[in-house]
Amino acid sequence: MKSLLLPPHPKERRVVFQNAWTQGYTPDIECYEKHGGYAELKKALGMKPTEIVDEVKKANLRGRGGAGFPCGVKWGFIRRDDGKPHYLVCNGDESEPGTFKDRYILHNDPHQLIEGMAIAAYALNANLAYIYIRCEFPKAAKIVTKALQEARAKGYLGKNILGSGFDIDIHVHQGAAAYICGEETSMIESLEGKRPYPRIKPPYFPAVLGLYMAPTIVNNVETLCHIKQILKIGSEEYSKMGTPGDGGTRVMCVSGDVVRPGPYEIPAGGVTLGELIFDVCGGLKPGRTLKAVIPGGSSSKILRAGESFKIKSKGADGEMIEKEIPLLDLVMDAASLAAAGTMVGSGGVIIMDDSRNMLWALNNLNQFYAHESCGQCTPCREGVLWIDKMTTRMVKGEGIAQDPATLQNVADNIAGRTVCAFGEAASWPVQSFLAKFPEEFAVGEK
Amino acid sequence: MEHHPVSSSGNSPVIAQAETIPADLLAKIDEAVTHYPVSKRSASLPLLHLWQNHFGFIDDSAVKWIAARLDLEPINILELVTFYPWFRQQAPGKTIIRVCRTLSCAMAGSYELREKFCHSVGIDPASDHHHGLPTSPDGNYSVEFVECLASCGSAPVCLINDDLHEDVTEADVPKILTQYLS
Ligand SMILES: Cc1cc2nc3c(=O)[nH]c(=O)nc-3n(C[C@H](O)[C@H](O)[C@H](O)COP(=O)(O)O)c2cc1C
Ligand code: FES
Repeated sequence: MKSLLLPPHPKERRVVFQNAWTQGYTPDIECYEKHGGYAELKKALGMKPTEIVDEVKKANLRGRGGAGFPCGVKWGFIRRDDGKPHYLVCNGDESEPGTFKDRYILHNDPHQLIEGMAIAAYALNANLAYIYIRCEFPKAAKIVTKALQEARAKGYLGKNILGSGFDIDIHVHQGAAAYICGEETSMIESLEGKRPYPRIKPPYFPAVLGLYMAPTIVNNVETLCHIKQILKIGSEEYSKMGTPGDGGTRVMCVSGDVVRPGPYEIPAGGVTLGELIFDVCGGLKPGRTLKAVIPGGSSSKILRAGESFKIKSKGADGEMIEKEIPLLDLVMDAASLAAAGTMVGSGGVIIMDDSRNMLWALNNLNQFYAHESCGQCTPCREGVLWIDKMTTRMVKGEGIAQDPATLQNVADNIAGRTVCAFGEAASWPVQSFLAKFPEEFAVGEK
Repeated sequence: MEHHPVSSSGNSPVIAQAETIPADLLAKIDEAVTHYPVSKRSASLPLLHLWQNHFGFIDDSAVKWIAARLDLEPINILELVTFYPWFRQQAPGKTIIRVCRTLSCAMAGSYELREKFCHSVGIDPASDHHHGLPTSPDGNYSVEFVECLASCGSAPVCLINDDLHEDVTEADVPKILTQYLS
């Protein structure tokens, strides 16, 4: 990735990416130790587990996998002393279109993840953990497996780690090219060796019933790396890097029609969308204008160039005031994007310029969801297939006048009627493309 | 990854994969099972991967053998083989070219790139997926579309065997193909 070989942009702050792009940095344990590796694990083993959970809560770390759930709150669901086995699962499925950050960590800085996981396991009283890596990352699986062996040999993993009396073993588990396995209960079924059909909720959290029906925490690769960094910087400093309620940095993966696409680690809320596109990413291709932005992975709702949003914020006197914010002034943090009707999601920002046809783009995404529906729930299995068939015929110029209304109707009847959030993930693009670009879907007029 | 396509041409009897499991594969299987102290069934995917990496695909004997090894019924393994797109029941080409189909790569020309790969190795780009991977007549290459490979910032990308190729142009195709000549 060319953009990463450049010095960090002034808006960037490389925290979880601090080593991955350092000249001469290698993924072996000696190099990691030279860069302060495993110092925070040593520190953590001297702390009370509840102190670590409190630090994570105070850091305001939100999950980086897509749902953005506060990490410390999720960890708080685990009762350390309930007498049950606990498990930790690292989500390295990285399959949400537009997202490309975890692979760099797995390849370039695997020990940072392992250290984060060992700290998390200690805090959660988990003695067994798995790193679920999509099988399309065969090299990552090899690199992480080797790193785990090195960490075991040095006593950071295994029995009685660093003489603390705490045992933790971690293994790599490879997926088999199914997007659905990124959904945490599907991942757990996959780990159990079953067809990865997401589990029926409630319970809503694997922290209640997870792997092998025991309390389990599933966290994204990037999230677990932040754990190490929170202990290093301290929760106060860490949370200050972001906005209230969305602490720390976030890797924003920018792809599509910009001059310098790439993953940029930026404090949460540290840039506006306009700064991200025109400043950090070098702007659009010559002669082009902005048309649309998908801000948080393919499942997040699309935004249209030129639109603006009414967003409430606290004024100087503490009063809530409502302001009209144009798209390019939208701050890239969880709260602002939610107020604009979309989400930061997995951090995958896809930029489209005026050369792009929205019907074609939506059809591309519909094919993705049609291919990836696991088939468990009827509304999703049937609906997503029909949505794909409809936009495919519309792209060929064979659409019929009712198609846009039928598309809307089918999407409305998937969202909220499925076992997992795949139903929303597949419907939101349809609903938002239709709402924001109705003129491109009208059939008949040319 | 090694791939040993099994020829189905001629009348030579097809030998069941389970008849010829080498010792090093057995050792890897034993090791993989130890990673799942709570439930052996969890080793299903790892065993399928090890098997496919060695034999190139999963035959009926494999389904039965793996099931028996993990104290499961064959259907417990077969339902994984038929669910997950990664597993195959037919031999692929020696080199597997997986071009990313999803949005950022499509915007950067991945549809044209896949066609270029297909034409260059003699695969009909319209050939479908439902009867094994589309494979060149000489058995050297399979070409398929896959979904987002998590490298959208260097689109278009393709995964060839274990190697990720980024920012690939149609002009790169001949050079890339010679890299994988066996
Ligand atoms: C359809 C679907 C796909 C998902 N894919 C991923 C993924 O590839 N990687 C990931 O980390 N989380 C993914 N998630 C989110 C996970 O379910 C889960 O929220 C996350 O791994 C929790 O970790 P976090 O709290 O650290 O973000 C997906 C969710 C859904 C509904
Ligand atoms: S769209 Fe091709 S790698 Fe993501």
